[in-house]
Amino acid sequence: MTNLEGPQGVDTDAGSGASAATEEPDVSSWATTVPQANSAGGYVRQYLQRVRGGDMGSLPAIGGLVVLVLLFSAIQPTFRGLYNFGNMLTEGSGPILLAMGLVFVLLLGEIDLSAGFSGGVCAAVMVRLMVGYDLPWPVTIAAALVTGVIIGLLIGWLRAKVRIPSFVVTLAFFLAFQGVALFIVNNGAGAHGDVRITDDFVLAFENDQMPIWAGWLLAVVLIAGYAAIKFSAQAARRRQGLLGEPTAVLAAKIGGLAIGALVVVFLLNQNRSINRQPIPTNVNGTIKFVSPPAVEGVPWVVLVLVFFFVLWTFILSRTRYGRHVYAVGGNEEAARRAGIPVDRVRISVFVIGSFMAAVGGIMIGSNVAAVSVQNYSGNTLLLAVGAAVIGGTSLFGGKGRVLDALVGGAVVEVIQNGMANLVQGNNGSSVQYIVTGIVLLLAAAIDALSRRRAGATGLA
Amino acid sequence: MADQPILELRKVDKSFGPVDVLKGVDFAARAGEVTALVGDNGAGKSTLVKCVSGTYAIDGGEYLFEGNPVTVGSPRDASALGIEIVYQDLALCDNLDIVQNMFLGRERTHGLTLDESSMEQAAQETLTSLSVRTVKSVRQRVASLSGGQRQTVAIAKAVLWNSKIVVLDEPTAALGVAQTAQVLALVRRLADRGLAVVLISHNMTDVLQVANSIAVLYLGQMAAQVDRSAVNQQQLVELITTGRLHGTDIPGVRKGAPA
Repeated sequence: MTNLEGPQGVDTDAGSGASAATEEPDVSSWATTVPQANSAGGYVRQYLQRVRGGDMGSLPAIGGLVVLVLLFSAIQPTFRGLYNFGNMLTEGSGPILLAMGLVFVLLLGEIDLSAGFSGGVCAAVMVRLMVGYDLPWPVTIAAALVTGVIIGLLIGWLRAKVRIPSFVVTLAFFLAFQGVALFIVNNGAGAHGDVRITDDFVLAFENDQMPIWAGWLLAVVLIAGYAAIKFSAQAARRRQGLLGEPTAVLAAKIGGLAIGALVVVFLLNQNRSINRQPIPTNVNGTIKFVSPPAVEGVPWVVLVLVFFFVLWTFILSRTRYGRHVYAVGGNEEAARRAGIPVDRVRISVFVIGSFMAAVGGIMIGSNVAAVSVQNYSGNTLLLAVGAAVIGGTSLFGGKGRVLDALVGGAVVEVIQNGMANLVQGNNGSSVQYIVTGIVLLLAAAIDALSRRRAGATGLA
Repeated sequence: MADQPILELRKVDKSFGPVDVLKGVDFAARAGEVTALVGDNGAGKSTLVKCVSGTYAIDGGEYLFEGNPVTVGSPRDASALGIEIVYQDLALCDNLDIVQNMFLGRERTHGLTLDESSMEQAAQETLTSLSVRTVKSVRQRVASLSGGQRQTVAIAKAVLWNSKIVVLDEPTAALGVAQTAQVLALVRRLADRGLAVVLISHNMTDVLQVANSIAVLYLGQMAAQVDRSAVNQQQLVELITTGRLHGTDIPGVRKGAPA
């Protein structure tokens, strides 16, 4: 990395004393910056250099996703069906929402093992108020979210103020919350056991679709919003006389998002119902053949995913708070000396983690139309942690994005879904567990190795 | 040296329980000058710096800033006066870039959002004004910088806040020859900009190269604060190791055989 040093023409004559050092250096001849990447080619080269230096981001996850999708599609006719595409979106949304919150926790080098059961407790609170006390959905959902915030405050306080390692705090809560969720589900007014969700609004997240036009509108708003942000940032940089991203790169990014969003919405707007044969139905006393309702449109949960993805990405990358999260994760002492309230930041990430666990917990309940404690078991949490880590968030803190949760979550869901279809029979779930475990290990290994590589090349 | 020191300590005492670490120490730093603070291990350099930075409160004596007595009870008080300390371990976040590190904890915002372009420009201007040309891009992560470049960023960070006094704790301790020269040139430029620079160092060559004035601590007492031109390296080493000088007549230095 000698090219970073620049010319070494400083007066090194130590013997001449202070008088030599007082000489005014010839500032005019010194270029302050080496040319930056102001062309598309230079930009790409810079990116490749970062990747070689170990800063791979989501690249391994995206590669893995492509390979897995191709593999399962080739050997599994049911996997590549449109129905399964929508199915995977709703099935994967819970762990992905959990993982978005875990990204914040992982950014500080912490862990929240209780996130799965925290979600379970929150969902249990929601369903108990809904079923036992007949409260409307705004109240039940709000109660679940507030429960999440309280859990996060408790974990954060124990970690930051009492100074118990987060591994131990959340392991204790992992056990305790399992009991709390079971207690709420098995006690109180209303049905007990696996409590069925009765509210149509809550069920709609995972079981109903947006109107066709709303899906297109969502895509257009996303693309226009992204382009507006990119162009205004570009304009701001130009006003300050700074180099922006090359126009070609900008266009490629916006174009890529546009194609992706439009293709996904187009696919989801097709009728993906498996049963299309008209079925005999009793209509006002006479038997008629009626076609089953079409399953078409973007599932409502996608709106939830997009909302939280945009919200947390904005907070993490554009606000002072987000910068402080990265700083505390990178060097706690430096953050403290810079006047950042380290303890408050630490508590806040657990609050965000548990809040997102509540959101994910509600979606998991909506997916199976009931709250049953086994759906929030250890596997759920590991899938969510796995999603974040596979996506490129470091377990060592300081490195990660909300996007990682989405990309990693997609990988995890494809494995879950593909393996479940592939190895049906007695040993289906055993193979599934083993493969998911190996993938998680692989992701953690890539994380650790890329850190070592980054240390060796001086790039990170 | 006729002008008034921007920072002056008079008869400062500091003890920890029964241990008197600083005993009636006088110290002065002037704007536009590099004041070196030297002394053997345990002489009290770090304690003195921590008193200046407000980490420790002084037990006795006076703390004068621009000629006025002030009470500096916390690092925030020191920052408010315009005193910045660059610690040996630099306090930079490896996972953030140069701009992000320079503005850490004092980010500029437009309402809710960070004002990235204005921060980037200000960071660039500060580095340019310090004639720093070893950094490829201000958007480089600090992890990718060499030791000298990190030191440069840490110093530039201190300068960014229009500070009046910059205290550098062993800035060249871990650097190679060329990088040391770069950092020393930067130290000199800080003083030439009108800042008071306090340089703590174990390296006599560095001190003699850039300092205008040299303060020597010996076992918690100020053995001497002398002009750079008044001493040579041998005399300086003698002052550090014995606290006094043989035979030479320099004002403010105790003469005679080592105790």
